[in-house]
Amino acid sequence: MACGDQQPPPAPRPRVPPDWPFFLGLGILGGTYLLLILLLLVADTFYTTFGELGRILVDPEIRYSLKLSLASCSITALLSLLVAIPIGFLLSQASRQLSAYRAAHAGARLPWPFRVKQAGFLLLDTLLDIPIILPPLVIGLSLLILFRIPPFKWIDRQVTYEIPAVILAQFMVAAAFAVRTMRITFDQINPRREQVALTLGCNRAQAFRRVVLPQARRGILAAATLAWARALGEFGPILVFAGATRLRTEVLSTTVFLELSIGRLEAAVAVSLLMVAAAILVLVLTRLFGVRDTVISGAGL
Amino acid sequence: MIEVRDLTVRAGNCLLDHLQFSVPDGQYTVLMGASGSGKTTLLETLCGLRPVAGGQIRLNGRDVTRWRPAERGIGYVPQDGALFPTLTVYEHLAFGPRLRRTPRAVMDRKVTELAALLGLEPLLGRWPEGLSGGERQRVALGRALAIDPAILCLDEPLNALDEQTHRQLCNLLKTIQRQTRVTTLHVTHDSAEARHLADQLLILKDGQVAPGAWATPAEKP
Repeated sequence: MACGDQQPPPAPRPRVPPDWPFFLGLGILGGTYLLLILLLLVADTFYTTFGELGRILVDPEIRYSLKLSLASCSITALLSLLVAIPIGFLLSQASRQLSAYRAAHAGARLPWPFRVKQAGFLLLDTLLDIPIILPPLVIGLSLLILFRIPPFKWIDRQVTYEIPAVILAQFMVAAAFAVRTMRITFDQINPRREQVALTLGCNRAQAFRRVVLPQARRGILAAATLAWARALGEFGPILVFAGATRLRTEVLSTTVFLELSIGRLEAAVAVSLLMVAAAILVLVLTRLFGVRDTVISGAGL
Repeated sequence: MIEVRDLTVRAGNCLLDHLQFSVPDGQYTVLMGASGSGKTTLLETLCGLRPVAGGQIRLNGRDVTRWRPAERGIGYVPQDGALFPTLTVYEHLAFGPRLRRTPRAVMDRKVTELAALLGLEPLLGRWPEGLSGGERQRVALGRALAIDPAILCLDEPLNALDEQTHRQLCNLLKTIQRQTRVTTLHVTHDSAEARHLADQLLILKDGQVAPGAWATPAEKP
C-alpha cells in the first residue's frame, strides 16, 4: 500500500442495548413472588413464640395429629406411586403409539378404529385430571356418597370417619399429581433405549424393569415428594369424608382448622409452622437424595 | 442371511414399497441412501421394532415377520448408541448374557474378551455420561455382539465422529466382522465408508432397494 493511500475509517462499533434491564425485569417479577412467600413465613414466625411451639409439641392431641399426618402422607405417597407408575407408563406408551400412527398416515383419512382409540385415550387422560380440577370439598362429598352405595357400603363403618378415610381422601388428590409427574417422566425417556433392550432379549416387562424404571427414578422421587406434600396440605376432602375428630382422624391441616375455630390463633399458626417445617424437610431431603443419586450414577433423565 | 420379500412399511412420510433384497451369509453389506430415504425405518423393521404392512422377512431361512424383537437374535446398534444411562460399561456388555442367565464365570470371560476386542478394558467401570462419541459407539457395538447375534444391524454407527475416530472404528468394524463372520447390514450415507467396509453395496432410493456399484467382493473396485 502506498504511503499516500488513505485507509477508510473503521466502521463504528455496533451498539447493542445492554442485557441487564432484561434480567432485572425478570428478577423483579420473579422476586416479588419469592418475597411474598418469605414474608408469609416471616409473618407466621413472628406471630407465634417458641413457648407456643414448645407447648404444641407436647400437646398429646397435636402430637397424635402430627404422627397421623406423617404416617398417612407416607402411605398416600406410596399408594400414589403404585398407581402413578403404571398409569404414567401406559399413557406415555399409548400417546407414542397414537402419534406414530398419525405420522405414518399423515394426509390420509384415519380409519374409525384409530379414531375410537384416540377418543378413548383423550377421555382417559381427561378423567385422570378430574381430581386436580374438582374442588376438594366435592371430592370429599363424592367419596362420602360412594361409600353409601354397595359394595363400598359394606365397609362404610370401617372406612368413613376413620383413618382409612383420611388416607383415601389424601390419595384421591395426591395420586392425580403423581400420575401427571410420572407421565411427563416417561415421555422424556428416549424410547430407543427400550427398543434396544427388546432386541437384546428382553420382553416388555424386563425392558421396563431393567431399562425404563431405573431411568425414571428421579421422576419417581419427584412424584412421591409431590404426592406427600399434596397429602400434607389436603383439608377439604378429609374434613368431609373423615371428619376432624380429635385423637382419631385429626391431621395437621384439620388441627389448624380446629384451633382456629376455637379462637386459638397462636396455636393454629404454630401448627402451620410445623407443617411448613415438615414440608421443607421432606423437600430438602428428597432434593439432596435426588442430587446425590444423579452424581453417583452419572445418570440424567 | 437376510431375505426381504415384498416388504411394505409405512412410517411418517416414508413408504417402503414392496422391497426385495437379500444380505448373504457372513458378508458385510452396506445400505446407502439419502437422509429420509427410510434406512433407519428398514433396520427397525428388520429388528421387529416396527409393524409390517405387507411382505416377509426371513432370517437364516426362517420367516420372522411376526416374531418379537427378542426372538430374532439381531444385534442392533442405533445411530445414537442408545446406551442405558444407569448402567456401567461392564453392565452394558453383560446385559444380554445376564438376561440369558449365563453363568457368572462365563459372562465375565465374555465381557473381558469383548472389552479386549473393542479396547474397552479401561472403561469397564465408567458410566455412559463420561464417554466420548467413539467410546459410546464401541460400547453399543459390544452390547450388541455380547448376545452372539446371527445378524448385526448398524444404523450409521460412525456418524458425528471425528476423522481419526471414524477411521479407527471403521477398521475395527471390518476386523470384528472378519473375526466373527457375523452377517452385517450397515446403514450409512457416506460413500467412502461404504467403499471401505462393504462386500456388497445396496442403495435405498424412492422406497426401493437396488444393487449398488458392486454386489460381491469380487466386483468391488
